[in-house]
Amino acid sequence: MGGNSGKKISLNLKIYRQERKGIKGKMVDYLLTEVSTDMSFLEMLDMLNEKLIKDGEDPVAFDHDCREGICGMCSLMINGEAHGPEKETTTCQLHVRKFRDGQTIVIEPFRAKAFPVLKDLMVDRSALDEIIIAGGFVSLNAGNAPDANATPVPRNNAELAMDAAACVGCGACVASCANASAMLFTSAKISQLALLPQGKVEARKRVLDMVKKMDELGFGNCTNEAECEASCPKGIKITNIARMNREFLTATIAANN
Amino acid sequence: MSSNKLDAKIPEGPIEKKWDNHIFKSKLVNPANKRNYRVIIVGTGLAGASAASTLAELGYNVLAFCIQDSPRRAHSIAAQGGINAAKNYPNDGDSVWRLFYDTVKGGDYRAREANVYRLAQVSNNIIDQCVGQGVPFARDYGGYLDNRSFGGAQVSRTFYARGQTGQQLLLGAYSSMMKEVKSGKIKILARREMVELVKVNNRARGIIARNLTTGELEKYSADAVILATGGYGNAYYLSTNAMASNGSAIYRAYKQGAFFANPCFTQIHPTCIPISGTHQSKLTLMSESLRNDGRIWVSKKKGDTRAPSDIPEEDRDYYLERIYPSFGNLVPRDVASRNAKKVCDDGRGAGASGLSVYLDFKDAIKRDGENVIKEKYGNLFDMYERITDENPYRGPMRIYPAVHYTMGGLWVDYNLMSTIEGLFVLGEANFSDHGANRLGASALMQGLADGYFIIPYTLGNYFASNKFEKINTDNNAFTEAFDKAQKFFNKLMTIKGARSAEDIHKQLGRVMWEYVGMGRNEAGLKKAIAEIPKIREEFWNNLKIPGETNNVNVELEKAGRVADFLEMAELMAMDALERKESCGGHFREEAQTEENEAKRDDANFSHVAAWEYQGDNKTPIRHKEELTFEDVKIAQRSYK
Ligand SMILES: Cc1cc2nc3c(=O)[nH]c(=O)nc-3n(C[C@H](O)[C@H](O)[C@H](O)COP(=O)(O)OP(=O)(O)OC[C@H]3O[C@@H](n4cnc5c(N)ncnc54)[C@H](O)[C@@H]3O)c2cc1C
Ligand code: FES
Repeated sequence: MGGNSGKKISLNLKIYRQERKGIKGKMVDYLLTEVSTDMSFLEMLDMLNEKLIKDGEDPVAFDHDCREGICGMCSLMINGEAHGPEKETTTCQLHVRKFRDGQTIVIEPFRAKAFPVLKDLMVDRSALDEIIIAGGFVSLNAGNAPDANATPVPRNNAELAMDAAACVGCGACVASCANASAMLFTSAKISQLALLPQGKVEARKRVLDMVKKMDELGFGNCTNEAECEASCPKGIKITNIARMNREFLTATIAANN
Repeated sequence: MSSNKLDAKIPEGPIEKKWDNHIFKSKLVNPANKRNYRVIIVGTGLAGASAASTLAELGYNVLAFCIQDSPRRAHSIAAQGGINAAKNYPNDGDSVWRLFYDTVKGGDYRAREANVYRLAQVSNNIIDQCVGQGVPFARDYGGYLDNRSFGGAQVSRTFYARGQTGQQLLLGAYSSMMKEVKSGKIKILARREMVELVKVNNRARGIIARNLTTGELEKYSADAVILATGGYGNAYYLSTNAMASNGSAIYRAYKQGAFFANPCFTQIHPTCIPISGTHQSKLTLMSESLRNDGRIWVSKKKGDTRAPSDIPEEDRDYYLERIYPSFGNLVPRDVASRNAKKVCDDGRGAGASGLSVYLDFKDAIKRDGENVIKEKYGNLFDMYERITDENPYRGPMRIYPAVHYTMGGLWVDYNLMSTIEGLFVLGEANFSDHGANRLGASALMQGLADGYFIIPYTLGNYFASNKFEKINTDNNAFTEAFDKAQKFFNKLMTIKGARSAEDIHKQLGRVMWEYVGMGRNEAGLKKAIAEIPKIREEFWNNLKIPGETNNVNVELEKAGRVADFLEMAELMAMDALERKESCGGHFREEAQTEENEAKRDDANFSHVAAWEYQGDNKTPIRHKEELTFEDVKIAQRSYK
C-alpha cells in the first residue's frame, strides 16, 4: 500500500460555478471533510454534490461517463492542469490519495473559444465532432470491403496507427494550449488514417478539409509549446502534428499543381 | 402461457440457408424512394452507430440520439478484450458452424438457433468492414491480423486492438456516421434522452426526447424507431457499465407494449476490482485474459487475517483448480463467479471486507519473468495499481465478481422487430443471441452484426411491405406523449423530500445484489419482490432534486432513470422467481446438482420468457417462446 491510502482528509475546493450557458460565472469555495483517500476524484465530487443536495443547494455539474479513462467524457482543469497532476491519467482515474490533507484544489472547466460552458464544469465540445465530420473517415460503405487480410499492413505502421487512434477526444490538448489549438486531436486522426493503406486514398483531401474546418471553428494555431502532449491522458505524441504538417504540405503542393 | 403473440418469424429451410432465403424473399425499397423514409435511432454505441451509418448509406434519413455529448462516447467504447469472428485465419479448425455451436452452448441452450447461426454467418463481414474503416487491429510480423483465445472456445477467433477493442470499433462506426453527417443523411442529436415512445395507429412513429442542455422536451417523428440503448446492468447500482447506462428507453417501450424477454438473465463477470467503500460509484473490469496466467486462491482457514505473503502454500486453496481440474482457472464466467461468492460466503474471502479472492501471478512471474508478464498485462496492472494503490507485481491482485452485461432485453423476432410494429431493437438492448450466458467477445460482434448487416435488410422489408400515412409531430399522439413526459418530470421535481436519487439507487442496488445476484432462491426473490415496492415508495415520497427543469439538471436525469430501474428490478426478480431452473448466469440454488453445479430443466424451461406489461402495479403476463434445437445437440455443460 502507498503512504496515503485508507485515510480521511479535508480538502479546500475552489470550484467554477456558472448557472447556465452564456452568463458570467464565479469561483466558489467549499470545504469538504472526511474525504476517503481511496475515492476517485469524481467520487470526491459526488460526495460534495451529495452534501450540496442535502443542504438544498444546486450540485456541481460535470461531465463523466465510463469512469475508466476511455470515453473521454470527463474533463476539468485541476490546479491549472488538464485532468490534474498525474501523468497520462484522465480525471476519472485520478485518486484523492494524490492530494494532501488540507490542500486547496482549484477546479475549472476546459476553456477555449470553441468550447462554450454549458453549466459549471460542463462544456460543449461538439466542435471536435465537426473536425471529424470534415474528413476523419474512410469513404467505405458497409458491404463493400474486401477480405480483411487482403492487404497486409506492416506491423509497425499498425502499431503507430493504434498509438494515434488511442485519442479519446477529451479536448485536454485544446484546453491546455495557450492558443487553444486542436492540432494534436486533428493530427492524431490524420496520422492514424495516413498510416494505413485503407486511409491513403483520401489522405490529401482529408488533411485539407480537416485543417480548414479546424481554423473555421476558432481553434488557434500551433506554436510548438507541446503543452498538449504533456496534458494528453493517452500519451498522444506531437510527432503526429509533424506528420500532419507533412501531409498538409504534400496535399497543398499537389492541389496547386 | 405459450403465446401466439410471439411469432419469431424464423424463415423456412435448413439453418444455413435461412438468412439467404429471407433476404431473397424480402421486399426492397426502390433506391429513389429511400429518401422518403425517416428513421429514429436511439443510441450510438456499436449497434446504433453501425445501423445509423449503414441506413444512411442506403439513402434513408436518420436521426441519431445519444445521452453523451458525442456519439463517440457511448458505453461500447469501454469494451476491452476483443470481437469474435469465424475467419479461421489461424487455421485451427474454426468455422461458421463452430462459432454458432459454441455460442448456443455457451448460452446454455436458451437462445434461438436461427438468430445465432446468422450472427456467426455475418461475423466475418464485420471484420472486413472494420479493417476497411481503418480500425487498427493487432497484426503479426507479416502484417496479417492476429487472434487471441477467449473463454468458452477451443479456437483462436478473437480479433483485438490492444486492450481497447471496443474503443476502436466504436470510433470506426462513429467515423462512418460522421461521413454520413457530412453527406446530410444523418442528423446527430447528442445530449438528448428519449423519454417516451410515440405510437400512431399501433406503430412506433416517434419519440419524445429531453434536451439535456436546455431541459426542454422535444418531439420527433419518423417511419420507424430503432432502440440501441444498451444494457440495464445498472439496476444493481454497482456494475462495470458506464454511469449513464440505463434501461429507461426499453422499459418505457415495454410499458407501451413491447415484450421484455428474460429480464433476469444477467452476466456477472468474475474478474473485477473489489469494492473499496460506500463511496464507490462503479466497478472496474479487469480483462478475463488475466485468468490465462493468474491463479485464483483463498486461504483454507476461515477469517484468516494474515497478509497473503504470510499465508504459506499449504494453507492456500486454489479452489478452481481443485474443483475443475481440466478447465482450472479458465472455467466460464458464471462458474468462476459463483465459486468466488461461495468461498467468500464461507468466510474465507480476502481483504478487509472479506469480499474478494486472490488472483496471483507469482508463479507466472517466476516461470516467464516479470518482463513477459508486463508485456502481456502491463496496462491492466497499471490500472489496478492506479485504482487500488497496490502493486500486483509484488503481491496478488484481489478480485471479485461484478454485474457486467444483461442478456435479457426487449423481445425481438428474426427481423429484430419487437412486439410493437415498427419498433426495432439492436445490440445489448434486445435479448436475442446469447441465451442465458454471453461468451466473451460476442457482444461487440452482435452489436455490429445487427447494425451493419441485419437491420438494413429487415427494415427495408418492413418499409416495402407496409403503407405509411404521412404524419408529423402535430399528431395527437405526440401531444399526449409530450404531456405524459412533462407530468413525469414535474412530479419528480415536486416531491421535495430529503434523499438524492443516487442514495436511493444504492439502496435498490443492495437488494438486487443480495437477492437477485449470483445465487438466487425462492425466499430471497420473494423478499426482493416485497422490498422493491417499498424503496419505490420511498423514492416517490422522499426524493430531492435541486435546480430547475429548464436547465442542465443532472439530478433530474438520474432520477428519471432510477424511477425506471425501481420498476424494472421487480420484473427481473419476478422473472428469476418463475424460472425455477439454473441456466447460464441464472443460478437458482434449489436447482443444482449434488456437486453444486447449475441444473437446467429442459422439460419445463426450454423457452424464452417474454413479459407483457399490464399497467401500473398489475402483474405482467409471462408469455413463452418455445425453443427448439434442430441443429445443436443439447447437453448438460460440464467443465470438470
Ligand atoms: C467494461 C466492459 C468491457 C467489455 N468488453 C467486451 C469485450 O471485450 N467484448 C465484447 O464483445 N463485449 C464486451 N463488453 C460488452 C459490450 O461492450 C456491450 O455489450 C456493447 O458494447 C453494447 O453496445 P450497444 O451498442 O448495444 O449499447 P451501448 O454501447 O451501451 O450504447 C448505448 C447508447 O444508447 C444511448 N442511450 C441509452 N439510453 C438512451 C436514451 N433514453 N435516450 C437516448 N440515448 C440513449 C447511449 O447514450 C449510448 O449511445 C464489455 C462491457 C463492459 C462494461
Ligand atoms: S469518464 Fe470516461 S474517460 Fe473519464
